[in-house]
Amino acid sequence: MGQKHQTPLLDELEKGAFPSFVKEIKRAAEHSEYAQDLLGQLELSYKEKVTHWKHGGIVGVRGYGAGVIGRYSDVPDKFPGVAHFHTIRVNQPAGFFYTSAALREICDIWDKYGSGLTNMHGSTGDIILLGTRTENLEPVFAELSSRGWDLGGSGSAVRTPSCCVGPGRCEWACYDTLELTYQITQRFQDELHRPMFPYKFKFKMAGCAVDCIASIARADMSIIGTWKDDIQIDQDEVRNYANSGMDIQAEIVDMCPTGCMSWDGNELTINNEDCNRCMHCIAKMTKALRPGKERGATILLGSKAPIVTGALMSWVIVPFMKMEPPYEELYDLVERIWEFWDEHGKNRERIGELIERMGFPTFIKEVGLEPHPVMVKEPRRDPFFFWSEEDIEK
Amino acid sequence: MAENLPERQTDIGPPHFSKFLPPVIKNNYGQWKYHEIKSPGVMVHVAESGDQVWTVRVATPRLLSTDTIREYCDIAEKHCDGYLRFTTRHNVEFMVDSESKVEPLVNELKEKGYMIGGIGPRISNVVHTQGWVHCHSAATDASGLVKAMMDDLHEYFHTKDLPAKVRLAVACCVNMCGAVHCSDIALVGVHKTPPRIEHDKVKNLCEIPSTVASCPTSAISPDPKAKSVKIKLEKCMYCGNCYSVCPAMPIADPKNDGIAIVVGGKVSNLRSNPKFSKLAVPWIPNNPPRWPEVTEAVKKILDAYIAGAKKHERLGEWVERIGWEKFFKVTGLEFRLQHIDDFTFARETWRMAATFKW
Ligand code: HEM
Ligand code: HEM
Ligand code: HEM
Ligand code: HEM
Ligand code: HEM
Ligand code: SF4
Ligand code: SF4
Ligand code: SF4
Ligand code: SF4
Repeated sequence: MGQKHQTPLLDELEKGAFPSFVKEIKRAAEHSEYAQDLLGQLELSYKEKVTHWKHGGIVGVRGYGAGVIGRYSDVPDKFPGVAHFHTIRVNQPAGFFYTSAALREICDIWDKYGSGLTNMHGSTGDIILLGTRTENLEPVFAELSSRGWDLGGSGSAVRTPSCCVGPGRCEWACYDTLELTYQITQRFQDELHRPMFPYKFKFKMAGCAVDCIASIARADMSIIGTWKDDIQIDQDEVRNYANSGMDIQAEIVDMCPTGCMSWDGNELTINNEDCNRCMHCIAKMTKALRPGKERGATILLGSKAPIVTGALMSWVIVPFMKMEPPYEELYDLVERIWEFWDEHGKNRERIGELIERMGFPTFIKEVGLEPHPVMVKEPRRDPFFFWSEEDIEK
Repeated sequence: MAENLPERQTDIGPPHFSKFLPPVIKNNYGQWKYHEIKSPGVMVHVAESGDQVWTVRVATPRLLSTDTIREYCDIAEKHCDGYLRFTTRHNVEFMVDSESKVEPLVNELKEKGYMIGGIGPRISNVVHTQGWVHCHSAATDASGLVKAMMDDLHEYFHTKDLPAKVRLAVACCVNMCGAVHCSDIALVGVHKTPPRIEHDKVKNLCEIPSTVASCPTSAISPDPKAKSVKIKLEKCMYCGNCYSVCPAMPIADPKNDGIAIVVGGKVSNLRSNPKFSKLAVPWIPNNPPRWPEVTEAVKKILDAYIAGAKKHERLGEWVERIGWEKFFKVTGLEFRLQHIDDFTFARETWRMAATFKW
């Protein structure tokens, strides 16, 4: 197929060292009308400095309210190939591991029914199949699901859970992030495919406080691995680092945020009681230091982007929970949180915003958590606190 | 298309990941002992058993054609028994189980023109959103900004060291679909003008109560006479939230849409707590296809960081050590009225002390 539209502006972005998305669209355009017209429409956006997508209608597959993002062109006459250009979110395998056979299967389906363009992956973690017509949605879904693939979440539903590489290839994983991601996705299939919440709810699992999946910034529930006992030290390896030129005093001891380490030129000592498990020393001396053995996770709640009332990061609601199958304690907590949200949440109010509005103490009481000093950075500064009936002497 | 389709299944969830783990990973799952970074794009993980997995990391443009994915598959089949994985930041990783298999793999990747890198104290791939490629809400394009910026900064991906990791991100509107608000340096598409109300369309396309409720600053109220809504213009902060709820309130404005730069965020807990990014540059006009002014501002920030930061210090940690007033001095960026917060958490950000640097 020759190129249908001239794209002088986009052609500029084929030059340069970094991989080019324009080359990718052109590659797909060799056998896709969709991609041909996407090039044309995108060139127009580059020329006019404005988007040409419309806020789409509600489209999807039978029985699901989520997994498809409707998208229409506002210049369909010029670019009929992208008149409809809906996105399909396909739930990725935990940890983003694939066999080539699995990827080829998805590519073949997508070449048959869609634009041949994808995102590996969308920011939520899904495989994004970018651009097809409404009438192709059911066939794509039949082809995918009959081969064991399902759609991800969208709208006011559980969003596709995702995780760091964890025990798959990381020595710091304090619980099995992949297995929990798989299990939680299975457990909440209904909530994922059929939006029925006030707004979206995201789970992200990080194996340790390095948080490679950015859970603390972009998950309503951030499950971050940690430990309770002592950091494991191999003193010989510490000395090896020193001998091979690492300035242990400057790079490790002086950068420890809690000042709980000391180094006498021979032994590294950690006062574990004062360590806050930030991971700095472990991440810099991978051979010498490792997380402790009594492992689990800290559960944090509430992060969201600035829309609507300002951004939040997740904060601690459960300091430590063992993260082992069958995860009943966790599911139970999740369901109590959703009940609270369901009862009090307004339309389009994230759980974090709801808790801000109702008060964290109210949330703690209604969900049945115990107040704990690690839930706060510092106690309140004001004198305006409440008491309940049972606190009052009659 | 009415050909015979296979029978659909619902609520099956994703395939179990164990189907896709390379044997060396399956055998040593959860039993890793340590890892070492061998070069900007190669690392080795060593298991308790002594087994090794060598990883070679390659940049992708995130927007991938099926043909390119098949090319990754070819490489995986030739060198890695058909296994591969992607990272959160849109890199693709090829894994082999012995050192001797690394060189042939790296050679083939280089021959095919792939960019290897992104591991250790440098710039990894850029987390970004859809922009003009696929979103109604976009104030700018994301893929184009990423490409233009990385064409200038790619040495920090595959060769040069930085004081610590520098995480870049791009979001094409303030919805920020991606981890931008907690990045070392992030670009965000911003609008500067309020939405325009297409009164004749409002009654068909929008539900008035939810449109009114969508506005975080309560700028929108019903206009019963017009069977539509009205906006108190002085209250609007151009967030576009109303447009997401009511398609008859378009907000895109080619002359005034542009890019803000926010800096100093992080998500890891290493040393200091996770941080939000803060505003460095409130607005740069859209100048496709290469947005040179944006890249120039990013380089100013990066160069000042490289010159001033200590080893292991993330950008936000460096700025907090020297102070934000000094950040504006050493980068030469202009401080404007827009830098002073007047939103939800504003007063936490004002200087309630008499100490500062000249
Ligand atoms: C009262 C009216 C509406 C409300 C409250 C509303 C709200 C929303 C919200 C909250 C989303 C967020 C999706 C996300 O978080 O990913 C969304 C997405 C979307 N809306 Fe609306 N919307 C309304 C009307 C409409 C109308 C009239 C259309 C089309 C004509 C429309 C089309 C869409 C589409 C295509 C999406 C993306 C779908 C998805 O993410 O699954 N909406 N809407
Ligand atoms: C009214 C609010 C919102 C609407 C209507 C909306 C709508 C959409 C739509 C239509 C897409 C699909 C883009 C595409 O592939 O074409 C999308 C993607 C996404 N949105 Fe939203 N969104 C809203 C708010 C948010 C917020 C507040 C966040 C996060 C803080 C968010 C996170 C995401 C993510 C992570 C994606 C995937 C993006 C990607 O693949 O790169 N959304 N949203
Ligand atoms: C029921 C509780 C409280 C009452 C009735 C109360 C009452 C007062 C009064 C009358 C003053 C003015 C004293 C003066 O300037 O002559 C004052 C000052 C102050 N109170 Fe409280 N207070 C209460 C709780 C708290 C708490 C819990 C805090 C802090 C956590 C606090 C912090 C302060 C501070 C900082 C001042 C100002 C001292 C100054 O002028 O530097 N108060 N309070
Ligand atoms: C009948 C009741 C009250 C009277 C007669 C009264 C009287 C005063 C007086 C004379 C001052 C000193 C003003 C100055 O030095 O310039 C003062 C300061 C203050 N009072 Fe009261 N007060 C009363 C109730 C309260 C209550 C109930 C509170 C708070 C719980 C309160 C909080 C304060 C505070 C915080 C200051 C310090 C104000 C400042 O320096 O900014 N007062 N009050
Ligand atoms: C240029 C500025 C920014 C950009 C480009 C940006 C981008 C993003 C993106 C892309 C997400 C994606 C979330 C997801 O994948 O679910 C996000 C989430 C978030 N952002 Fe930002 N952000 C910016 C500024 C800020 C600022 C200034 C704050 C806070 C002060 C903030 C707070 C948050 C929070 C709390 C989330 C949580 C995510 C969620 O709702 O799921 N962001 N941001
Ligand atoms: S979050 Fe921790 S456990 Fe997970 S991959 Fe990153 S460093 Fe490893
Ligand atoms: S984990 Fe952090 S707080 Fe604990 S000893 Fe290491 S550097 Fe210090
Ligand atoms: S950041 Fe905004 S413009 Fe970009 S994909 Fe998300 S909603 Fe669309
Ligand atoms: S753009 Fe935002 S602030 Fe302005 S009217 Fe719409 S919702 Fe309100």
